[in-house]
Amino acid sequence: MTLQAWLTAAGGAVALVLLGWLALTRTVLGRGLAVPLRAMFVKPETASYPEAPRPTAPRFHGRHQLNRYADGLEKCIGCELCAWACPADAIFVQGGDNTEEQRFSPGERYAEDYQINYNRCILCGLCIEACPTRALTMTQEYEIAADSREGLIWTKDMLLVDPPEDGYDTPHTDREVRDRGLNYYGGLAVTPPTRKGGSFAPATAAPLQRAGAVVPRRELPLVPPGTGDAEGEPDGDGGSAGAGDA
Amino acid sequence: MSAPAAPGAASAEDLVTLTIDGEQVSVPKGTLIIRAAEMVGTIVPRFCDHPLLDPVGACRQCVVEVEGQPKPVMSCTVPVAEDMVVRTHLTSAMARRGQEGTLELLLVNHPLDCPMCDKGGECPLQDQALAHGANQSRFLDQKRKYEKPVAVSPQVLLDRERCVLCARCTRFSEQISGDPFIELFERGALEQVAIYEDEPYHSYFSGNTIQICPVGALTSTSYRFKARSFDVVTTPSVCDGCSAGCGQTVQSRRGEVQRQLARTNMDVNEAWNCDKGRFSFPHLTHAQRLTTPMERVDGELVPTTWSRALARVADAVRASQDVGPGRTALVSGGRLADEDAHVAARLARTVLGTDLVEHRTRFAPADEAPARAVLLARAGGAPGLTYADVEHAPVIVVAGLDPEEEVPVLHLRLRKAWRQHRARIVVVGPHLGTLDGIAWRRVATAPGAEPAALAALAYGDGEIAAALRGDGAPAVLVGERAGAGSLAAGTRLAEAVGGGVAFVPRRAGDAGGLAAGLAPGLLPGGRLLADAADRAEVEAAWGPLPAHLDGAAPVDGLRGILAAAADGAVDVLLLAGADLARDAQSAALAERALARVAGAGTVVVQDLALTETAARYADVVLPVTATQERDGARTDWEGRAQRFRRAVDAPELAQDDWEAFVQLAAVLGHRLYGSLDAIRAEQEQLGVRAAAHPLPEAASAGSTGAPSGDALLAVVRPLLLDGGTMLAGADDLRATARAATVGVSRADAARLGIVDGADVTVTGAGGATVTLPTAVLPDLVPGAVVLPRTSTEPPVTRLADEDGVVAVTLAPVAVPAEVGA
Ligand code: SF4
Ligand code: SF4
Ligand code: SF4
Ligand code: SF4
Ligand code: FES
Repeated sequence: MTLQAWLTAAGGAVALVLLGWLALTRTVLGRGLAVPLRAMFVKPETASYPEAPRPTAPRFHGRHQLNRYADGLEKCIGCELCAWACPADAIFVQGGDNTEEQRFSPGERYAEDYQINYNRCILCGLCIEACPTRALTMTQEYEIAADSREGLIWTKDMLLVDPPEDGYDTPHTDREVRDRGLNYYGGLAVTPPTRKGGSFAPATAAPLQRAGAVVPRRELPLVPPGTGDAEGEPDGDGGSAGAGDA
Repeated sequence: MSAPAAPGAASAEDLVTLTIDGEQVSVPKGTLIIRAAEMVGTIVPRFCDHPLLDPVGACRQCVVEVEGQPKPVMSCTVPVAEDMVVRTHLTSAMARRGQEGTLELLLVNHPLDCPMCDKGGECPLQDQALAHGANQSRFLDQKRKYEKPVAVSPQVLLDRERCVLCARCTRFSEQISGDPFIELFERGALEQVAIYEDEPYHSYFSGNTIQICPVGALTSTSYRFKARSFDVVTTPSVCDGCSAGCGQTVQSRRGEVQRQLARTNMDVNEAWNCDKGRFSFPHLTHAQRLTTPMERVDGELVPTTWSRALARVADAVRASQDVGPGRTALVSGGRLADEDAHVAARLARTVLGTDLVEHRTRFAPADEAPARAVLLARAGGAPGLTYADVEHAPVIVVAGLDPEEEVPVLHLRLRKAWRQHRARIVVVGPHLGTLDGIAWRRVATAPGAEPAALAALAYGDGEIAAALRGDGAPAVLVGERAGAGSLAAGTRLAEAVGGGVAFVPRRAGDAGGLAAGLAPGLLPGGRLLADAADRAEVEAAWGPLPAHLDGAAPVDGLRGILAAAADGAVDVLLLAGADLARDAQSAALAERALARVAGAGTVVVQDLALTETAARYADVVLPVTATQERDGARTDWEGRAQRFRRAVDAPELAQDDWEAFVQLAAVLGHRLYGSLDAIRAEQEQLGVRAAAHPLPEAASAGSTGAPSGDALLAVVRPLLLDGGTMLAGADDLRATARAATVGVSRADAARLGIVDGADVTVTGAGGATVTLPTAVLPDLVPGAVVLPRTSTEPPVTRLADEDGVVAVTLAPVAVPAEVGA
C-alpha cells in the first residue's frame, strides 16, 4: 500500500470516528443512542429485587418478633408497656393470668393476645425500648406487604419465635450482651427469671455500677472469674455469669 | 377523732392563719397541715393519708418542716396552729431529704414488678417515686419475698411484697365498713397485712380497699391483668344496684366493661360503694342475656323481629280493649330508669287505658304509695331527707330496714353518724339485723307492728323520747318491711320532734317509679288519680285520661293486679324487668296469675335476661339495654335524681325500655315521645304537685296476719348478694355472699329444740319447703323468724301464701345416725 493510500484510509477512519462522535454527541438521535451504549459499560445501580434481596444496614429496624427463654417460656408478660410507648397505637396486648397447669411465661402474667398492626406501625422501635423483658425485639425482615388490611395485622402466633433448640434465649444477641456484662441499654445485665417465676440470681457478685449508668467502654466490667463460663450456659438456671439483680 | 371541718363552714373566729412556703392562708381550726397545703395548691406526697379516714401517720411520706420544730413533722397528723410557718418540699431541703429518704426505704423491699402489677400506670408509688424520690437506690441485696398473690377473699388478692403498710385498708374496714377482718400483723420488716385464719375477709365493701390501696398490694380478681389505666374508656355513671344512688365510674375496653369504681360524690356515697355495685357487671355479657326479641310459637320461644313482636303485643292489646277497658296490666320491677317509668305510666294510662300498674314486686301496704306521694310533693321535687341530714342527726330512727343488706352505702353513712357524730340509732322492729353493732336502743315489735311503736316513740318520759326531743333534727328512716301505716306514723313522729323522714326502698328504680305514678291510683309528681285538679294537670300534658279511670277505687298494688289476673280479668300482662315467678312476694299467686294470662291472653316480658318468668310464661320477649348501655336518670331514696350516660354498646337488637314503650304506643296509634329530652322536658313541666295532699289516715292496726297455731311469722329480708339476675356471671362476687340462714329467736329455738347452726326444714303455705342452717338471733322477737328472700332454691317467695304472708313451721333435720355416732 502506498503511503498516499494509507493516508487516505487513515483520514477516512478519522473522519468516520469524528463523524460518529459528532453524531452521538451533537444530534438528538445520537445522544439518545449514547445512553444505552454507555450503560453497557458501567456497573448497574438497580437491585434485582426480589431475586437477589440486598442485606439491610446492620441496625435496620424491621418487623418485630416475640422471644422466648431457653426453657421455651415466653418472655412477654403482657404488661402493655410496648402498647403504651407506641406513638402509632399499633400494638394491642391483652394480659392474662398464668396458672400452674397453663403456664406461658415466668411469673404471674402473660400475654393472652398480642397483635401488631403494620398498617399503623412506623417501625420506630420505641416499643422494643419500652419492653422490660426484651420479649419484643425487631428483626431485619421488611417483607411484610400484604394484599389486605387484615393481612397486615400480625398476631401472637406469627410474631412468636419457635422454642429455641440450642439451649439459648432468643434473641441470641442477648447472650453476647450478657457475656459483656452490660445489657442492651448499657445497664447491668440481669439473669432472667426461672420457670418458677420472679426469682432472680443473688446479687452478691454484682459489680457496683448502677443499672442505667452508661459505662465508658474501657471500663466495661469483666465477668467475675469462676462465676460463669465464657461460652455461656443455658439460661434460666438462676446462676448466669456476671449478672446481678440491681 | 373528728373529721377535718369542711372549708367554708367556719366563721371568722374559727379560722387559723398560717404561712405555707411563704404564702399566708387562713383555714378552719383543726385542719391538718396536709389539707391546708392543698388549699394553697401544694400537694405534699402521701400514702396513708386519706381525707375520709382517721390520720395515723403510718407511712412517714408527708414530712414537712415547721419552723421552731427541730424534727420533721408529719403533715397528715398535725393540725395547723396560729402563726405556724410551714415549709414543704418546695422550699425546705429538710423536707425534701426526708421525703426522698422515706421513698428510698419504701422501695428497699418493694418488688418493683410494675410491668406485672395491676396498679402500674395509676400507681401513687410510681408517681411519687418519680416526682419526689431520689433516682438511685443504694440497696443491692436480696429483697424480701412472700408468696404472691394471697386471696384475702374470693375477689380481693393481696401481694404483701408490694404493701407499703399505710394501713388504709385496715382503717377502712375498721372505721368505715366495720368488718375488721384484715389487720396488720408482725412487726418491722416482716409487718404484713393478714387475715384472721378462720375468718375470711367477707365484707360487702371489700372493693373499696382495692380502690384506696395506694400501691398494687390489693388487686381484684375480676380485673386481674385485664387492662391498663390508659387503654380503658372511662364514663361517669350511677349504680343501679339499689336505691343508694352511688356515683360510679365505668371503665370499658373494646366495648366491654372491664371494671367499675366508686366515683366520689360527697353528697351521696362519699368515696365508697359496695361490692354489688362494683363487681356485678358481668351480667351484661352473661349467656342468659337477651339479645333478640322472641315470641312463643307452638310452645317454644323463637327469635323474631321487633316489628313482629310489637305487632303481636298490639294485636293482643286491641283484642283486650274490644273485650272491655282496663284489662291490661303493666308491672315493672324496680330496674327502670326515671324516664322509662314516666313513659310506662303514660303508656298505661292513656294508651292501654288501665290503672293496673305497679313498680314494686313486693305487696306493699296500701297506704305506702299515697304516703310517699305526700312526702314527694312536700319536698317539692328536691331531695327530702338527705345523707347529710342523716349523718348529722342526733337520733336516727330506723324501722323495717336493714341498711347493710338493702342500701349498703346508707349503712356506711349510719356508721359514720354513729362513729363520728355519736348519733343514737333507734331500731324499731322485730330484730336488729345488721344494725346490731351500732344501735343505741331497740324497740321490739312483732313483724308489721312498727306503726304503733313509731307513733308512741316521741311521747312519755322514756330516754328515747327525751333524746328525740333534744337538740338537733332527728331522722326517721322507714323501710320496705315496716307494716302498714308506718310511713304515716314515721312522718308524724318526725313532725312532732322537728326532724326529717324518708322512705328507703331497696330497688334503684323504686323512687323513680313512684314519682312517675307507676302505682294504682297515682299520677306523676305525687298526684292522685282520684283528685280532679291533679287529673286536669296531667291531662294538660298527656291528653284526656280514659273516663273509666275516673272514680274507680285503686286495686291493692301488685296483689290486686295478680288477683285480678288470676281471676281472668287481665288479658295482657306487660312485665318490664319484673321476674314475677321468682320475685313477686307471693310466688304462688304470681304463678296462678301468669298461668292464667299465658293460657288465655298474652304475657310480655321486657328484660335484660331470660328470666324464669320469661322462659316459662312469656308469649313475647323484648331485649332491653342495661344502665351501662344507655342514657337515663335514676332517683335515689333521698329523691335526688342523677343522670347516667352510655358507657358501652348494648347487644345490637336491644333497645331502651322507654323506646320499647314508645314503639308499642306507636303501633297502637299514639305518638308519645321522640327522645329522652322530650320525656325530661315533660317531667320538668309536670314537676310535683304544688301542695301536698294530706297524709293518709292511720291505718287500722297493721295486718300482720298473725299466724295460727305453731306457725312463725317470717320477716322476709333480701340479702344483698342473692340469686338475682343482675348478679349472673359475677361468680367471685357471689362467692362472698352471706350464707342464707333462718334466723330464730332464742325462745323459739329452745321451744323447738333447735340449736344454732343446725339445719332445719322450713315449711310454708302450701307445703313448699327450704332447708337452711339456723342462726339463733338473741335480738329477734319470739314468734318471728328471719328468712332471706331470694337466696335459696326455691326462693322464699314460694313459701308465701297468696297474701304474701310467710308463716312457716320449722322442723329440725334429723341427723343421720352414722354421722352422729
Ligand atoms: S416500631 Fe414504633 S410504630 Fe411500630 S409498633 Fe413499635 S412503637 Fe409502634
Ligand atoms: S412485648 Fe414486652 S412490653 Fe410488650 S407486653 Fe410483652 S413484655 Fe410488655
Ligand atoms: S405497686 Fe406501684 S410501684 Fe409497686 S410494683 Fe405495682 S405499679 Fe410498681
Ligand atoms: S350501695 Fe347500692 S347504689 Fe351503691 S354501689 Fe352498692 S348497690 Fe350500687
Ligand atoms: S401520709 Fe402522712 S404519714 Fe402517711
